Amino acid sequence: MRDWPIPNAWDMVALALVLGVIVVLGWTAHSMGSSYHMDQSLPISLEASYLPYYALRSVLRMFIALGCALLFAFIVGTLAAKSRQAERLIIPLIDMMQSVPVLGFLSISVMVFMALFPGNLLGPECAAIFAIFTAQVWNITLSFYQSLKTVPEDLKEAAAIFQLSAWQRFWRLEVPFAMPGLLWNTMMSMSASWVFLVASEAISVANHTITLPGLGSYIHLATLEANGSAIAHVIVTMFIVIAIYDQLLFRPLVAWVEKFQAQESMQEIESESWMLDLFQRTAFFLRMGQFFKIVGDRWVNFPLFRKNRRRLAVQINSFLHQFSMVAWNIIIVAAVVLAVYLIFKFVVQFVTWDEVRYTLYVGLITAIRVLILIALSSLVWVPVGVWIGLHPKWSQAIQPIIQFLAAFPANLLFPIVAFFIVRYHLNVNIWTSPLMILGAQWYILFNVIAGATALPKNLKQAASTLNVTGWLWWKRLALPGIFPYYITGAITAAGGAWNMSIVAEVVDWGQVHLHATGLGAYIARVFNQGEFHQLALGIIVMSLYVLVINRFVWRPLYKLAEERFRL
Amino acid sequence: MNTPLIQIKNVKKSFKKRRRQELLVLNDVNFNLHDNEIVVLLGKSGSGKSTLLRIIAGLVEPTAGEVLYHGEPIVEPVNGLTMVFQHFALLPWLTVLANVELGLEAQGVEREERRKRALEAIDTVGLDGFESAYPKELSGGMQQRVGIARALVVNPEVLLMDEPFSALDVLTADNLRNDLLDMWRTKKIGIKTILMVTHNIEEAAFLADRILMIATDPGFVKSEISVDLPHPRNAQDPHFRKLVDQIYTVMTQPEQPKAEFETRIKYKTIDMGYRLPEVDISELTGFVETLDSSEYGGTADLPEMAEALHLDVDDLFPITEALEILRFAYVSGGDIELTQSGRQFSRADILERKKLFATHLMKYVPLIRHIRETLDAVSEHSISEEQFLKVLGEHLSEQAAEEVLKRTIVWGRYAEIFAYDFHTGMLSLENPE
Repeated sequence: MRDWPIPNAWDMVALALVLGVIVVLGWTAHSMGSSYHMDQSLPISLEASYLPYYALRSVLRMFIALGCALLFAFIVGTLAAKSRQAERLIIPLIDMMQSVPVLGFLSISVMVFMALFPGNLLGPECAAIFAIFTAQVWNITLSFYQSLKTVPEDLKEAAAIFQLSAWQRFWRLEVPFAMPGLLWNTMMSMSASWVFLVASEAISVANHTITLPGLGSYIHLATLEANGSAIAHVIVTMFIVIAIYDQLLFRPLVAWVEKFQAQESMQEIESESWMLDLFQRTAFFLRMGQFFKIVGDRWVNFPLFRKNRRRLAVQINSFLHQFSMVAWNIIIVAAVVLAVYLIFKFVVQFVTWDEVRYTLYVGLITAIRVLILIALSSLVWVPVGVWIGLHPKWSQAIQPIIQFLAAFPANLLFPIVAFFIVRYHLNVNIWTSPLMILGAQWYILFNVIAGATALPKNLKQAASTLNVTGWLWWKRLALPGIFPYYITGAITAAGGAWNMSIVAEVVDWGQVHLHATGLGAYIARVFNQGEFHQLALGIIVMSLYVLVINRFVWRPLYKLAEERFRL
Repeated sequence: MNTPLIQIKNVKKSFKKRRRQELLVLNDVNFNLHDNEIVVLLGKSGSGKSTLLRIIAGLVEPTAGEVLYHGEPIVEPVNGLTMVFQHFALLPWLTVLANVELGLEAQGVEREERRKRALEAIDTVGLDGFESAYPKELSGGMQQRVGIARALVVNPEVLLMDEPFSALDVLTADNLRNDLLDMWRTKKIGIKTILMVTHNIEEAAFLADRILMIATDPGFVKSEISVDLPHPRNAQDPHFRKLVDQIYTVMTQPEQPKAEFETRIKYKTIDMGYRLPEVDISELTGFVETLDSSEYGGTADLPEMAEALHLDVDDLFPITEALEILRFAYVSGGDIELTQSGRQFSRADILERKKLFATHLMKYVPLIRHIRETLDAVSEHSISEEQFLKVLGEHLSEQAAEEVLKRTIVWGRYAEIFAYDFHTGMLSLENPE
């Protein structure tokens, strides 16, 4: 599970830096992007026969992004875990990026990448991959960092006493130790990235629509043309794709990692994978495994990284150390000052107070919407999750289904929602809201199941011998028991809902365009109009909302959960 | 004897706490290790013996002093010294073979050579056939064998062992100890010296050529016992029993002879800064009841009692210390005897027991007295624990102060001298609703 180990003052530093970078990037790209023209629109076909090809392209993008995310996690996570100074900056930054609505940056990153590769498809392609990357990378990095911080002391000592080099220690000790968390977060990230995929493959920038071949563009086109059967086809395709990579990649990895995991697994049923069995039983795959083993061996024992460097004389080191500390602090202060200056110069100057007040107002509406949705979905999923968690056989069977549902991009349900709203003249402000929580609610269910599974058997037995049933059972056993897990789930779900608001408060289906009142709709609108200053304002306001709610609602609850209810 | 293999010179170690006093763990430790001996460091828990071992290994830097290996100072782990860990420290994702190969990989030994040497080491410790097993498939004893093989394979001169058998059950530990001794005696392994940390007195008597007793607070080498019993030693042998008795006597001797000690009482008198031993009240009661039973009749030989109750040094000495402070028993020359009030305590019922306990706490534990008197003095009879932490902070490091206060609160609550609220951290005279 995640943890919040962060000193508060650094949050403000991180906030200023993140917002500053957004503004600078956006502004440069904005000024360059205006001269951009890409006339040839890539044709997307709604023929079902194209779907396998599109699926392949989309999945390829996701895996390239995943590779980049892992590399990023290895480098940045290690840096944060090894250097105190880097840690103080990196961790709040990542926490910030996790809670800031990344979908809102999409437009900005597209402009940047298109400016980098003018007139070339590589621009939008990189932008799409980058968007998916931003959806995946933060929780993977955070998980890797947390794992590194919790490597058991005696294993570290063993590595030191046998004089493993930093490189060898990384591959022999740190990466394998981080593996379970890394794997779990990778699976979550893959689910989350579908929504981004849909949003990033077909992008309209300053009234140009650029489409890349892929499932996302297909969905975009199908929505534009209000083609229901195409939507059905793409849903089936997605189902198959998710099932394939789950069976071929994640199941085997999970089962494999469990085989050597140090702690006794709490589940009574071990994870199984036919794919892993295949790998471990057939001669061909065994030989392949042997080959990989030798390659891995060469990799870990690469001569260049083999020897430990001798320690430098301590005195010189401490002087250099002091100097670098001072220099580092100066750089941070300068960067913060610059960031604040830029935010003022490019945003505050160009927007009116009315505009600010309006964004704050719609932000409040979206905030209320998010909180109500979290409450409603909790009412539904907490009882369901507890029930599933108490029946281990069920939870084994249900987990993959929930994972699929979590991956299911809400965009695909827009047609249905649009249809009902138009047909029955429903209130747009209320009935588009469920779309926001569609993907995020599963985090609540997931965590509640985990919490209920982790309830100690003897507590359950004690409760039943004392005849504790009904509401008393919920009040005294189930709810306190799952509380820490529930909070973790609710935090993630709230983050997801904010993010989705950008997509979900605006529903398009053919000629039908429905706009709810809310900050998400505001951002979507100014984005489409290419209003850079308003876009930046919208994102900043949303980030502030998310952060303030995190600090004043979720974090105290999280602390309470950790201190009082952690079993 | 020629130059010692390892020299430990004036080693000092303190852990710094911000703002507060620093905690001195080791003070002026001096001793040498020579060829062909097994040396055992024996001490109570918290005596810094594991820290000392890590300083020798080059894992921890001493605050002052140095460790010389072949005359060269050790500042980081070096070839020739290796370690076996209490909880084995095997990498769970590597097979037995790969775990044993680890040290060779670090030295850059080629793959084929690595495999050959690792297989030999696995053979030596008797784990043939388990090369491809993962650690979690093995029992604790077998895992520690892997730990030993992993240490042997790099051909060390000095083997450092940090309570290597304490995580194992009695039979397995016995078996592994014998095997280690066999390997050592038959020179199947090229190790010149073994330095082992333990808190198990019998284990020390069984293995050691020299026993170094480490005192607590701060740790230093209190005394040294040379053992010249031939191997293998028999635990029933009268010479062996005498050795064990001797060790107990040395360990229970007060660390600094106090002036009042000789004149009036045999008891330890404590002040505010005294570190209350970590003892469970039911342990205390159980011990007193056993001692008062017909089997012992109020007096017992400590080694005998330890064996009968399956207590090792870490469990036993806090209990005897607590009993001494409370004047329920006194210890001398490796024997323990109940006092009058000790007998009374043993025979009382639950409520009387609490009362007696409360009286003695108020009388002999200044901190408890202080808390109660302060609570009596203020009008609302309720004070935050922070205040007492501050008082303790004048005597102890921050962490130690917290621990001591925690134990004090448990004892005080049991004796109903005061009440405590976990959520608010308030000490008071009222009972919670």
